[in-house]
Amino acid sequence: MRYFLAILFSALTAGLIFLLDRPLGALPPLGPLLGPQHGFWQNAESKDHDFGGSLSLAGLKGKVDVQLDDRLVPHVFAENDEDLYFVQGYLHARFRLFQIDLQTRAAEGRASEFAGDKAIRFDREQRRLGMRFAAENALAEVEKDPESKLVFDAYTRGVNAYIDGLTQAELPLEYKLLGVQPERWSNIRSALLLKMMARNLSSGTEIDLSLTNAKSVFLPDELKKLYPQVHDSLMPIIPAGTPFPEPGITPVRPANADSILFGKSGLEPVLSGEKHAPDPSNGSNNWVLAGSKTSSGAPILCNDPHLELSLPSIWYEMQLQGPNSNVYGVSLPGSPYVIIGFNDSIAWGVTNSQRDVKDYYRIKFKDDSRTEYWFDGQWRKSKIRIEAIVVKGKGTIYDTVAYTIMGPVMFDASFSDTLAKGENLAVRWTGHDASNEGRTFYQLNRAKNYDEYEAAIQHFACPGQNFVFASKTGDIAIWQQGKFPARWPDQGLYVMPGEDSTFFWQGYIPYAENPHAKNPERGFLESANQRPVDGTYPYFVPGRYITPRGVTIEKKLMAMNSVTVQDVMDLHSDYFNSLAEDVRPILLKYVDRAALSTTERRYLNLFEQWDLLASPDSKGQTIYECWFDSLQSAIWKDDLDRVNPSAPWPEEQTTMEWLSRDSIYMPFIDDRRTDQIETLTELVTNSLKTASVVLQKHEREGKLNWSLFKEPSVNHLLRDALPSFARKKLPVGGNGNIVNAITKSHGPSWRMVVHLTTSTEAYGIYPGGQNGNPGSRFYDDYIDTWVQGKYNKLHLMRRGEESAARWTLTLKPL
Amino acid sequence: MKSLIAVLSTAILSFVAGIFFPWWTVAFAAGLVALLMPQKSFISFLCGFGGVFMLWLGLTIWIDRSNDGLLSARMAQVLPVGGNVVFLHLLTALVGGLIGGLAALSGKHIRSIFSSVAS
Repeated sequence: MRYFLAILFSALTAGLIFLLDRPLGALPPLGPLLGPQHGFWQNAESKDHDFGGSLSLAGLKGKVDVQLDDRLVPHVFAENDEDLYFVQGYLHARFRLFQIDLQTRAAEGRASEFAGDKAIRFDREQRRLGMRFAAENALAEVEKDPESKLVFDAYTRGVNAYIDGLTQAELPLEYKLLGVQPERWSNIRSALLLKMMARNLSSGTEIDLSLTNAKSVFLPDELKKLYPQVHDSLMPIIPAGTPFPEPGITPVRPANADSILFGKSGLEPVLSGEKHAPDPSNGSNNWVLAGSKTSSGAPILCNDPHLELSLPSIWYEMQLQGPNSNVYGVSLPGSPYVIIGFNDSIAWGVTNSQRDVKDYYRIKFKDDSRTEYWFDGQWRKSKIRIEAIVVKGKGTIYDTVAYTIMGPVMFDASFSDTLAKGENLAVRWTGHDASNEGRTFYQLNRAKNYDEYEAAIQHFACPGQNFVFASKTGDIAIWQQGKFPARWPDQGLYVMPGEDSTFFWQGYIPYAENPHAKNPERGFLESANQRPVDGTYPYFVPGRYITPRGVTIEKKLMAMNSVTVQDVMDLHSDYFNSLAEDVRPILLKYVDRAALSTTERRYLNLFEQWDLLASPDSKGQTIYECWFDSLQSAIWKDDLDRVNPSAPWPEEQTTMEWLSRDSIYMPFIDDRRTDQIETLTELVTNSLKTASVVLQKHEREGKLNWSLFKEPSVNHLLRDALPSFARKKLPVGGNGNIVNAITKSHGPSWRMVVHLTTSTEAYGIYPGGQNGNPGSRFYDDYIDTWVQGKYNKLHLMRRGEESAARWTLTLKPL
Repeated sequence: MKSLIAVLSTAILSFVAGIFFPWWTVAFAAGLVALLMPQKSFISFLCGFGGVFMLWLGLTIWIDRSNDGLLSARMAQVLPVGGNVVFLHLLTALVGGLIGGLAALSGKHIRSIFSSVAS
């Protein structure tokens, strides 16, 4: 009996511990999570936590001082580059470990290790796009350059120095919640992080598959009207009228291009598509003013990259001072260098080029083994890559991807949307090519003048970026830099045949011919994801461009003189809706007032009196969005629905331009689904009626004001899994088409203003906080400042100014 | 008096062990105390339960105060306590208490084996 009770209670205790030590259904492992000496309570950072101190770390060569200011921004002072990037890696891990671990696993197609089987489709897509393949090619290029290799190696050692010293109690909260462990860093993961950016910015800038489907229904002439290359209202990055040199390469259009692309066989729709394609609202603004435009006589440079907003933020602010560099700005946790920022001589910023650098080729395999494909009149061997995906709680699943000389066969019978017949589509993407983008930042961080800036960006291939530049010596410039295929007209808009090398990219636009401008007469340059050049540029440059922000910025800057820092800060926060300025007269011209109910007329009046600002409390902006959305749906939906499975929607800009022409392109106005012929008046009036239903519903819920309607949020990286870690319903206006480009989930991820006076006056803000720990007061402390359109002052600290720091962290070799 | 000593030694031993060993180390602390101090079954359970319960509750209150309740408010939405921070503290202490109590009962009955062998 005594033995029995002893065994019974011991077994009960052990059993309870066993149960609590692992996930219970949807619940995380409660024991290790709740235990106050190990679990989440340990992540509740004391409000007077001391971030300073002294640490000895294996792998350091000398002493490194890290001065942390009262916003937890580290100012790193190192005696050599190895130590500088070691400490950058260490700090990224210290404050953002879960983020860099999750993002690089996701980039590689390993999200299922954290998220379980719901992420399998995502992981397969990443792998089939060849993300790991791309990172391997990039890393090989990085490791060819001794300086880059030294930086990557040091950064990796720094991340690992932090991971290796981590106790269970110090483990970031998300690991405790998910019941997983961090993985040590390696150079390939830094390469993967940069490839994730390449994917987000250059893999969603094509619509080849859906455009191919559109081709099965619409005639070539109709396609040109629905999806034009150059908008009338475009204000290009390179000021119109700038002469371009004769092209260095003239791609040859294959003789059979028209019959292949637009003949009977070319009209078959494709049944595949990415489910997790990057959001096209990954846009950005940047602009630079020469001294002739500013009140001080010194250049001012501004940048605000628009990305998905998240907690922790994609950016981490820091200063890096080494033996031959002293740079301040934002870094991308997971990668060395400062990505957007300034040093004692220059400032730079980036926006996305939106250029199409990814094409698809139809592959004919010999048989289902996919080991041989037909190419230039013979069977060629494909390379088979077996992908093993570890799924949390479910073991390992395998996927087989065939690689052709064009690239990985992303879609095949085992991976397509509508399984009817599974086509084989190989993807050709500049992101796969060997390049060392980090080298650009290494050199920019140290650049002293225009020539060094120009030399730095030569290393940048993918994603194509608009690098804006200003120097203290008074130069301003912009380059759209990247590796862009030299295409014949229409090349790469649609899926191309993979059996014939004449459809390949025949070369690349020489870097010297990439669109650029330096010290223009008018004294300013800007880019906002618009088409970089007007129709006189000698190359065919398709992409997913966004026109309206460029129009607003161009007009505003044109009108400004004696510009101050406050003026450009106001422009960052500008809510003017320039597309609505063009759309409103059309809506007002065609709406049939007599046919409207009292409520509808009330909305119409609000819209008519609207100040065209998408401010947080604007009702006009909400009415505009709902009305124009319904109108676009009324015009296009019946036509686009003819395409199976789907065709791309014409851009808002396209719709506006068609409607504002005297000769409206009529066939699309009529609703094909009805017997009578509809007029534009009917469509405009009925779409206001449709919109009014939605508007009334929101008005009853008290959500007619734009910010309440839109509900902008900054989510935690794990999104819906952790809503209480997010900041929701922020009182901010704006929209993707507006300079202050805040949508429901995207927006200005880093606003920076650099005034290049002798002592450099700089400001910046991002919607997040320096510490990725949700238990820290530095987790989201910038958000309120960001919401108000205010900035933090960015201070390039000097040796001897250490008293300006709040905490001093001294790192020494072991 | 003996119970008070048992409660306090459980709490202190659990705390010290918690610095070096995983969260479930409280079971060994509570078990060891019950093994060394003869008590009735129910009393030993209460002492093990109370020792760990009070230690964990004390720790969470202390941590929460110095954190201005920032994280507990977020976590109370994640764990099944209906957003109530007080329940979050109690849930934590209850988990620790149960382990401590059961472990103490085990300790007490293991002691009985030895004492019966000795007598």
